Amino acid sequence: MTHATLEASMAADRVRMKDGPPAGSREARALDVTWDDPPGLLGWFCAINHKTIAKRFIVTTLGFFAAGGLIAAVMRMQLSRPENTLVGPDMYNQLFTMHGTTMMFLFAVPVMQAVAIYLVPLMVGSRTVAFPRMNAFAYWIFLFGGLMLYAAFFVNSGPDAGWFAYVPLAGPDYSPGKRVDFWAQMITFTELSGLIEAIVIIATVFKMRAPGMTLNRMPLLVWSNLVTSFMVLFAMPAVMLASTALILDRLVGTHFYNPAEGGDPLLWQHLFWFFGHPEVYLIFIPGLGFLSSVIPTFSRRPIYGYTAMVLSLVATGFLAFGLWVHHMFATNLPELGKAFFTAMSMLIAIPSALQIFCWIATMWTGRLNLKTPMLFVLAFFFILVLGGLTGLMLGAVPLDLQVHDTYFVVAHLHYVLIGGAVFPLFGAFYYWYPKIKGRMMGEALGKASFWLMFIGFNAAFFPMHWLGLHGMPRRVYTYQAGMGWDGMNLLSTLGAFTFAAGVFLSLVNAVASARRGAVAGADPWGAGTLEWSIASPPPPCNFHAIPTVHGRDPLWQPAPGGAPARVSGLAVNVREVLVTSVIDALPDHRMTSPNPSPWPFLTALATTVLFIGSIFTPWAVVWAAIPATIATILWFWPKHKDNSEDLALEKAP
Amino acid sequence: MTTAATPASRSDATLDVSGLPSFRFSHHSPMWWGTLGMIAIEGTVFALAIASYFYLRMHSNTWPMFALPPDLFWGTLNTAVMLGSLVPNQLAKSASERLDLPAVRLWLSVALVFAFLFLGVRVMEFASLNVRWDSNAYGSIVWTLLGLHTTHLITDTIDTTVLDVLFFTGPLDGRRFVDVSENCFYWYFVVGSWLPIYLVIYWGARPWPS
Ligand code: HEM
Ligand SMILES: [Cu+2]
Repeated sequence: MTHATLEASMAADRVRMKDGPPAGSREARALDVTWDDPPGLLGWFCAINHKTIAKRFIVTTLGFFAAGGLIAAVMRMQLSRPENTLVGPDMYNQLFTMHGTTMMFLFAVPVMQAVAIYLVPLMVGSRTVAFPRMNAFAYWIFLFGGLMLYAAFFVNSGPDAGWFAYVPLAGPDYSPGKRVDFWAQMITFTELSGLIEAIVIIATVFKMRAPGMTLNRMPLLVWSNLVTSFMVLFAMPAVMLASTALILDRLVGTHFYNPAEGGDPLLWQHLFWFFGHPEVYLIFIPGLGFLSSVIPTFSRRPIYGYTAMVLSLVATGFLAFGLWVHHMFATNLPELGKAFFTAMSMLIAIPSALQIFCWIATMWTGRLNLKTPMLFVLAFFFILVLGGLTGLMLGAVPLDLQVHDTYFVVAHLHYVLIGGAVFPLFGAFYYWYPKIKGRMMGEALGKASFWLMFIGFNAAFFPMHWLGLHGMPRRVYTYQAGMGWDGMNLLSTLGAFTFAAGVFLSLVNAVASARRGAVAGADPWGAGTLEWSIASPPPPCNFHAIPTVHGRDPLWQPAPGGAPARVSGLAVNVREVLVTSVIDALPDHRMTSPNPSPWPFLTALATTVLFIGSIFTPWAVVWAAIPATIATILWFWPKHKDNSEDLALEKAP
Repeated sequence: MTTAATPASRSDATLDVSGLPSFRFSHHSPMWWGTLGMIAIEGTVFALAIASYFYLRMHSNTWPMFALPPDLFWGTLNTAVMLGSLVPNQLAKSASERLDLPAVRLWLSVALVFAFLFLGVRVMEFASLNVRWDSNAYGSIVWTLLGLHTTHLITDTIDTTVLDVLFFTGPLDGRRFVDVSENCFYWYFVVGSWLPIYLVIYWGARPWPS
């Protein structure tokens, strides 16, 4: 008997046991063992469970949020009074660049994807994501890319050309040294990670839904992540191309952005904003998904206008691509073009208004329960209305020219980003924390944190409107006394610290509740979506028995009499998943899902060596491609054990 | 996969999926969606690079800038070779979907010969661009377009090589046939995206009748 046939016969024995029985049974325990990540330090690097990866991802992005916040605190301290000397102009340039870059590339979009990677499989009733190893790989390169940027910052090579790195300022002539190169490669890293996660999410949503969860029954949060992921596919390539051209200009002497040799700096702006504007919606649309999860639960009724909600999510996704030029009104573009883009900018208010209408209708006709998650969600309405109003103002060309590059814009962008993303995100944390940790977060601390954040936020950013209208330019490291800006700047700084205190309280709350919070149970809020049907925290395999779905809120609409309530017949000792059809989620085939592996980690390491090397010499791309290729091949090369599992379960179509 | 292994399934109404196949081709497979996602991303990159080409062209008085247009010979030859490669590619794809091992081995190997052929001709293409990447913006974008496409050629060639070796050495199972089918699907994209890039690089730099 050869080794392979022996393995195969053992595997055949192991796959004979099938799932389906309730939690606590022998099969259920076996499933947990099968789907768990390997133990030990080595196992840590091999982990591919989507919940493990997502938790690491969430913690990492929140770490970057804290770093970006600390930088903001330093900036606000510097600006708290005129002619301050806490940091000089050079440091300040690095600070606002690092702040913007961190918040946009290392926090806002990745945190939304990280949450999606945790929640989407649970909400669609799947045991895992479609490509678990890719998912792990995406996390590692994101981590390495972010760390690289901060490492550069600490050795005084932090980028200083703004988070949009406009050329020619960011080009080889005006930004010598390696600062912008670190920035450009960090972009490639995070966008690579974002693109992979988008594919993982799309394939999971399309192919891994529980039987019966037709597209028409999919939770709105899943819809919002689907729309976002599609946007990522078409938006992020633009910035990757732009930043690759930038580093080529700097490193090998190409001339994309060099007007002296036929290049054009405006090409940068077009490519950058073709990504940069949808970027805002990449942050905002998942935020809408959080609202659509929290509001029905705390209104105790299904969402009002499901179909309208889905359509407006999709419409927002499309319209977001038609808007980039409004970031370029101050450039020399044709007038007709500007008029068109003004109209587009106004148009996008329509689907958002529709959503707001549906949420209000849901709350109006439901019975409102004002717990912490709901407070954070309600803040969204207040803040976003203000941010939306100033956005409409900026969408009009004459006013944009007036306040261009003043603090009015800084105020607007924080109203939109923090109101549209950070407050809903915090609401989401309070809402899903019990699912992740098995314990509730404290209500009293939660409310205190909310009010500090809400009041602090408005105190920090509302005065900036006023400052902008009174002429204070953005990206200045200080200002003279006697301009009349002192009081508002001090107020803004105090507000920023109040906001930070609020964030800190939530952190304390999360850490304390992990051990001492009230035990949550499976469904502490009485919610209707699938993730609440399983234990908190969820077992490694998510669902001991894959559910079948019979309505939009499966827990509020159980299976009608006689209809099957769950799936059975998947292997217990092998990672086997059910693949369903795209539109109707009809069972299509069974598939083995990959086992844990160190190769995603090692491939990410090799990729990092390649990218860091390429900051210094183009030859790094050639030499470091060798280990990266070898690692990728080993990653994909099937092991005999996996192969025998596959063979044992095999059934040709 | 006997249903007898799941006695519970009959007593309390479950949806027994143990009889389903363990792999399927085309849009049934998550792999197909993953590949399509890659194609969407890379197609966007190509489209934006081509848009950048015309953006630069629009803003320039002369085009190509201080250079001769690329020689047509090697690029056109490569286009012909690529179109020719569609035949073994399609044969490998349909062989994989019939689970026909000898035919997959044969046609995948033939496709691989084609792939190495292009890479050889590709070297000549770079040499016949008549401009360096650092001469001017025209040179930069032309090299980038050709470079981007070459990256795809190289990665797909490595991919095909690995698959081909795997089909001779094993271990094999049904899912590997799906991989071949996806690899061929992706190859269609590599060829399909070449056609507009070819037109842009070689004909976009020639005067157009106005
Ligand atoms: C309390 C929290 C925050 C404070 C106090 C703060 C403060 C600031 C300040 C003072 C600036 C202007 C720098 C200048 O023009 O001189 C700024 C810029 C910016 N902030 Fe924030 N911020 C906070 C949170 C956020 C968040 C959560 C995001 C994104 C999700 C964000 C994104 C940005 C961006 C993109 C810029 C533009 C950077 C640039 O001009 O390059 N900020 N922030
Ligand atoms: Cu915009």
